[in-house]
Amino acid sequence: MKKFINAPEAVLADSLRGVQAAHPELVVDFEHRVILRGTPKAQGTVALVSGGGSGHEPLHGGFVGEGMLDAAVAGEVFTSPTPDQILAATKAVDRGAGVLHIVKNYTGDVLNFEMAAELAAADGVEVATVVTNDDVAVQDSTWTAGRRGVGVTVLVEKIAGAAAEAGADLATVAALAERINANGRSFGIALTSCTVPAVGHPTFDLPDDEIEIGVGIHGEPGRHRIPIAPAAELAKHLVEPVLADLDFTGGPTIVMLNGLGGTPLIELYLLYGEVAALLEQAGVTVARSLVGNYITSLDMAGASVTVLKADDEVLKLWDAPVNTPGLRWGR
Amino acid sequence: MSETLDTLDLVTWLTAYRDAVTEQRAWLTELDSAIGDADHGANMARGMGAVVDKLDQGVPATVDELLKSVGMTLVSSVGGASGPLYGTFFLRMGMSAGAVPSLDGPALAATIRAGLDGIVARGKAELGDKTMFDAMAPAVDALDAALAGGASLADATAAAAAAAVAGRDATVPLVARKGRASYLGERSAGHMDPGAASTAILFETLASTVAGPGR
Repeated sequence: MKKFINAPEAVLADSLRGVQAAHPELVVDFEHRVILRGTPKAQGTVALVSGGGSGHEPLHGGFVGEGMLDAAVAGEVFTSPTPDQILAATKAVDRGAGVLHIVKNYTGDVLNFEMAAELAAADGVEVATVVTNDDVAVQDSTWTAGRRGVGVTVLVEKIAGAAAEAGADLATVAALAERINANGRSFGIALTSCTVPAVGHPTFDLPDDEIEIGVGIHGEPGRHRIPIAPAAELAKHLVEPVLADLDFTGGPTIVMLNGLGGTPLIELYLLYGEVAALLEQAGVTVARSLVGNYITSLDMAGASVTVLKADDEVLKLWDAPVNTPGLRWGR
Repeated sequence: MSETLDTLDLVTWLTAYRDAVTEQRAWLTELDSAIGDADHGANMARGMGAVVDKLDQGVPATVDELLKSVGMTLVSSVGGASGPLYGTFFLRMGMSAGAVPSLDGPALAATIRAGLDGIVARGKAELGDKTMFDAMAPAVDALDAALAGGASLADATAAAAAAAVAGRDATVPLVARKGRASYLGERSAGHMDPGAASTAILFETLASTVAGPGR
C-alpha cells in the first residue's frame, strides 16, 4: 500500500486538519468530526446536514458552504458516524426552522441518523430525513436493505440546498429532496478495487483484464464481471441499466459522469462523450452536465453515471449560486 | 444461589461480555468479512471496552441508570449498524427496568424483552432475516418459558443461552434480507451471521454470570 498517510488510524483526523488549513471559510469541529460553514445562515432558514463514512470525498465535507450543506458529519472510512456526532452537527446548524438530514441508504447510516433525529427531537429540534436510494445495480425489494444511495446524493444536496438558501420551509425542502431522489438513477463500473487504509490491501481481487459491473461506493461486489472493452462499449453498460429503470424522455435532464477516485479526467471526459451520444440516441435531452470526481470510493478506478429527470424549477435551483470546496459557480 | 441480579452482578455480566468479545474479536471479524465489511469484532471489542472503562469510574446505584449509560456508550463508540442496535437494546432495557437496585427473574426477562422490542423497532428485522434477531428472539422466548415453568434463574438463563446458540447456528444456511449482507443475495448463504454470533455470546455470558462463583 502506497498512500499519503502518517498512520492508518490517524487518516481521518489528519485529513480534517488539512481541510481546516485549506478552507478558513469553514469550521471543523475536531471533537465531533463535523465540517461546518464559518458563517452560519440566517435565523429562520432551514439547515441541511449530511454525512456518512469517509472515503467518498468531496462528498460530504466538500459540499459544505453557501447553496449546499450547512454541516457534514464524517465517520471513519466507509463506517457510519455515530448519533452523538450527528446530533452535535444538527444542533449546531439549527436556525429555528428545522434541519434536513440527507442520508445514503446503508443500514448503518440509516440507523445512526434515525437515532440522532430522535435525540434532536427530544432537544426540540425539528428534523426531516431523506434517504437516497438511486443505485439500480441493487434490486429494490422488501427482502433486502434496498437500493444503495450513490450519485443522486450530490444532486439532492445541491438542489435542496438552493431551495433552503432561498427560504423554503422544511416540509418544502424535504419534499423537493424526495422528488429529486425519486427522479434520479445511477449505475457504476469499477476497473480496479480500492484499498481501505486500515486494511492495507485491496477490498476485492480483480484480474487486470476484467472489470466489475454494478459496483457501489464501498468496494462492494457488483452484479457481475466482464472482460475490459473499449469505452464506447463500457458506456452502454453504464447507461442501459439506468434508462431501463426509468423513462427519461420528454423533458430536460441533469447528467453527472462521476469518477470513483482513481480515474483521470481525460478518461472521464472521453467516457462522457460516449454517454452523451448514447443518451441522445435514446431521445434523452441533457440540459445540464457535470463531469468529475464528486462521490468517490477512495482510490478505485471507475466511473458512475447519474441521470436526473428535471424541470424548469429544478434547473433554476441547479443554476443557483453555490460556493463550496467541491462545487462552485454563479455570482 | 441468588435469584436476583443487582447492579454489581450486571457489571460482572458486562465485563464478562467485554472479555469474551475481545477474546473472540478475530472470529467475529472473520464472520463479518465473509458477508459484511469486516469490522464487527473490532467494533464490539472497542464498544464494550468503552462500556467497562466508564463503569470502572463508578457504577450507578440503580439498574435503569446503569443500563441507559451502557446503551449511550455503545451508541457513541461502536459505529456501523451494531452501535445503534446494541445501544437501543440496553437503552430500552434501562427504560423498562425502572429505578430499582436489582432484578429478579421475571423482571430480568421483562427488561430483556423490552430490549428485544427496541431492536425490532430500530432494525425492522424478522425471524429468518439472518440477523442478531435470529439468536435473540429464541433466547428471550426460552427465558420466559423456563421461568414460567418454575426454573431457577440459573437454569432459565442457561436455557436462553442454549436457544441463542441454536438460533445463531440456524443463520448459517439463510439468505440475508437485512443489512449489507443482503446485497450479496444467495451468496450470503453458508455463512454464520456475525450479529447473531455476538448475541449468542451475550446470553452465554449472562448464564455464566448467574451461575458464577460468589452468588
